[in-house]
Amino acid sequence: MNAIIFTAIWGVVLMLGGAFIKSKSTPRYLAIFGIILALILNCIEMNQGMPLLYVDVKDMLDFRNFNLTFINVAFGCTLLFFLLSGRDIEKVGEHVSEYFALLFFILCGITLISTFNSLLILFIGIEIVSIPLYILTGSDKKNLKSNEAALKYFLMGAFSTGIMLLGIAFLYGGSDIGTFNIHLIISGNAPMPAMIASGMVFLLIAMSFKVSAAPFHFWTPDVYDGAPTVFTSFMATIVKVAAFFAFVRLFDNAFGSMHAQWQTLIIVLIVATLLIGNLTAVFQQSVKRMLAYSSIAQAGFMLFSLFALNAIAKEGLVLYAAAYSMASIGIFAILIKMKDFTIDGFNGLAKQQPLLAVTATIFLLSLTGIPLTAGFQSKFYMLMGAVQNGHHIWLVIFAVLCAAISAYYYFRIIQAMFFRENKGDVMLTDDITATFKILLVITALLIIVLGLLPGLLLNWLYF
Amino acid sequence: MDPKNIWITFPELITWLPLIAGLIAFMIRKEKTVKLWAILASLLTLGISLASLFYTDHAKYVNLNNVSYYWLQSIGSSFALGLDGMARMLTILTSLCFSLIFIATYKSTYKNLNIFYGLMLLTQCGLMGVFTAMDALVFYFFWELAVIPAYFLCSRWGGEKRIQATFKFFIYTFAGSLLMLVGILYVYTLTGPTANSDHSFSLNAFYAAAGAVKGHGWVFWLFFIAFAIKMPVFPFHTWQPDTYEQAPTATTMVLSGIMVKMGVFALIRWVLPVFPDAVIRFDNIVIGLSVVGMIYASLIAIKQDDLKRFVAYSSIAHIGLMCAAIFTRSEIGLQGVMIQMFSHGINIIGMWVVVDIIEKQTGTRKMSELGGIAHKAPILTLFLVVIALANIALPLTNAFVGEFMMFSSLFTFSIAYAGVALISIILAAVYTLNMVQKVFYGEANTVTGNMRDISWNQKLVLAVLLVLIFMYGVYPQPIFDLTKDTVATILTRIN
Repeated sequence: MNAIIFTAIWGVVLMLGGAFIKSKSTPRYLAIFGIILALILNCIEMNQGMPLLYVDVKDMLDFRNFNLTFINVAFGCTLLFFLLSGRDIEKVGEHVSEYFALLFFILCGITLISTFNSLLILFIGIEIVSIPLYILTGSDKKNLKSNEAALKYFLMGAFSTGIMLLGIAFLYGGSDIGTFNIHLIISGNAPMPAMIASGMVFLLIAMSFKVSAAPFHFWTPDVYDGAPTVFTSFMATIVKVAAFFAFVRLFDNAFGSMHAQWQTLIIVLIVATLLIGNLTAVFQQSVKRMLAYSSIAQAGFMLFSLFALNAIAKEGLVLYAAAYSMASIGIFAILIKMKDFTIDGFNGLAKQQPLLAVTATIFLLSLTGIPLTAGFQSKFYMLMGAVQNGHHIWLVIFAVLCAAISAYYYFRIIQAMFFRENKGDVMLTDDITATFKILLVITALLIIVLGLLPGLLLNWLYF
Repeated sequence: MDPKNIWITFPELITWLPLIAGLIAFMIRKEKTVKLWAILASLLTLGISLASLFYTDHAKYVNLNNVSYYWLQSIGSSFALGLDGMARMLTILTSLCFSLIFIATYKSTYKNLNIFYGLMLLTQCGLMGVFTAMDALVFYFFWELAVIPAYFLCSRWGGEKRIQATFKFFIYTFAGSLLMLVGILYVYTLTGPTANSDHSFSLNAFYAAAGAVKGHGWVFWLFFIAFAIKMPVFPFHTWQPDTYEQAPTATTMVLSGIMVKMGVFALIRWVLPVFPDAVIRFDNIVIGLSVVGMIYASLIAIKQDDLKRFVAYSSIAHIGLMCAAIFTRSEIGLQGVMIQMFSHGINIIGMWVVVDIIEKQTGTRKMSELGGIAHKAPILTLFLVVIALANIALPLTNAFVGEFMMFSSLFTFSIAYAGVALISIILAAVYTLNMVQKVFYGEANTVTGNMRDISWNQKLVLAVLLVLIFMYGVYPQPIFDLTKDTVATILTRIN
């Protein structure tokens, strides 16, 4: 509850403050301060701690530790994002404090979709996340690609929201007692009535769209490519994993008892997502676009939590959220500083900026899933959940082969940085500060620590 | 030493020492200092692993040879390292080889030496971890971590086509090890519960699950492919000649001398006892592949003109025999593999040292361009001839003992396979002697005209290798004694 209230208020504060604040960097400090406060407040609430307000939520929200821990992960990654890329948000345009305000509104939406118990809250949360994102995508007003991306995103997003509403309506009508509560939609173990089944499929489509699972991924590369890179970083990481968390919570709680009936659909999604994401990423020349496709491929791995739907896989999703977000935020933060977004633009980075190259390597190794990094642990948990599920081992084998393909395109950047020469051009925009470097090192260390001891995060889930 | 108050154990020492030494090496700027530091660190590791020979009595010194840290308890994995006979033999081989490699390449210079040596020492840490891991997850960790520094070493300091060649190597091994990861997870679900979790990753739990694994023979292939890529066994060998050719010599020595043993070792430790039924069921396929690989690699080796590729193919032939002998599941075969792992490591490093000397001095590796080195560098020739004879497994050399035992196990298994495999011995004689003749005898030409004899450090290394070749050729008993506990354990598990 604390997180929802606070992020909403802080968003408003930032937005109104924008009218009075003349300095360009003040909103960034305010935002960093705000996200730290939000983290603290959320931590206070854990273990049935102290909510700021006692609101009777009529069982529409669920503040168990599992969900709150995920919110902590999302906030923590946002903090990292603000610290690493905050300066670059200032460069996007004039209305700096509005960007931060919108980001806080998105965070508010994220807290809603991580704690919803009712389909209505889910819908509201998804909308609160999406609408500011449409704006942020188009925030580079003078850039045609940014405008195109925003329009595309808006049209496709609105379409999928419509499908989601349709699904919710079907579920409401199909349930015995006419309810939005996800725990009560299905009673007993009887085969699903047609209304419920079609409602579920509509929701599956809408959520797949939000997490950019193939074949509902077509918007992703264009939008990620067109949006200002800082916001791509936020969209591809925190927003995406939050949508995944909502996806899993929805299907676990509402349709978990019918898992066997819809597991096949998930298998189709996984195969398509892994295949399309990985194979297309191989052919990209632009790193930004490659990361867009790789985020699709990573979504394929996250879908395993839906496939397995057991405790390990759900823990794995939280771990995956943290590992994937940290590594991607890190690599995006470095990408923003580059002059040339193609892979050749990374040639010889190790000579000019060894520290950047080494940390980028750690991020890429984590995305690939090499042991000692958090990326390995998260993939490992996903696969372990899937194997424990017992059936369809071929799918797991297929997934690891796709992970081997992913090594191909992640390592191309590593090769460019370390083993190729550049012609002596300056590769970076000029401002690599010492703080930035220290933060990158901290992020890399966090990834390694989490890779060695995932328990540090996972133990919080069940206190 | 009182076994009760132990604050550090042998497996910890030999695993973490290279890691720490490697991290320190990154920070040493002066070239000479970092070289000496690496030699010092590797000699220290060698000393410790040799010291562990005095504590082989497992019942008495169990605390000295095993260690387990609290790790991922909730999923049944602990960071367990331990030394048994085979692990001890291979860790000694590793530390010995690293010392020799560092000494032998003392005079060669690379750019960014501190990073080079740092990565080399990290590789050593990974290899030590693989050999001492007593937990499947820890094993997987080190298995992957040994490859990453090797990847950077080859791609950064290798030959002209290094990037492509190393990339192929990396993708190959990465795909293989991911398949193994699925296999590990699958066996994991069949293991029994521990105090904190439903299943366990520990080696003993995996061994105990052998009965439950019985109906899931196909999982065997997930493991086997990973190890077959590493060894490499035909038809998974295509990465190897390219990588050996392109990698810097010091790294090639590590790859061929030790990293190849990871696959052989892993077959014995993680496949034979866990999949006894699958091993029996698929033995014909595997031995068939190995034997085909032996002949195939030998035939290609005859045709090779490049010295590095020549050694690579001859190595594939030798490894094929080891793989076949493992799957005969006989005591003599396994013991033969044990001694051959050691001998192959020694001999192939000797080969690479010689190849490196020739390449450094003449600037070419083409046999057709070389010739008459014997006139110019008699001592080098002497060493090379002995190593070459060991490569053919002539009696009195260390390889003879191992190959003889492996062939006799293959004979008891099937005369047909043994008959075909024996052809490879003849072929080995053909290609090795052919190489010696082409490169070392005949008239010296313009390329080899300026050859000098070898320097002190190379003499030292080759002399040590020579002593070892003869010592274990005449008296291999110490290695049998060292590894017999592992062989016995494996055999009781499988029968």
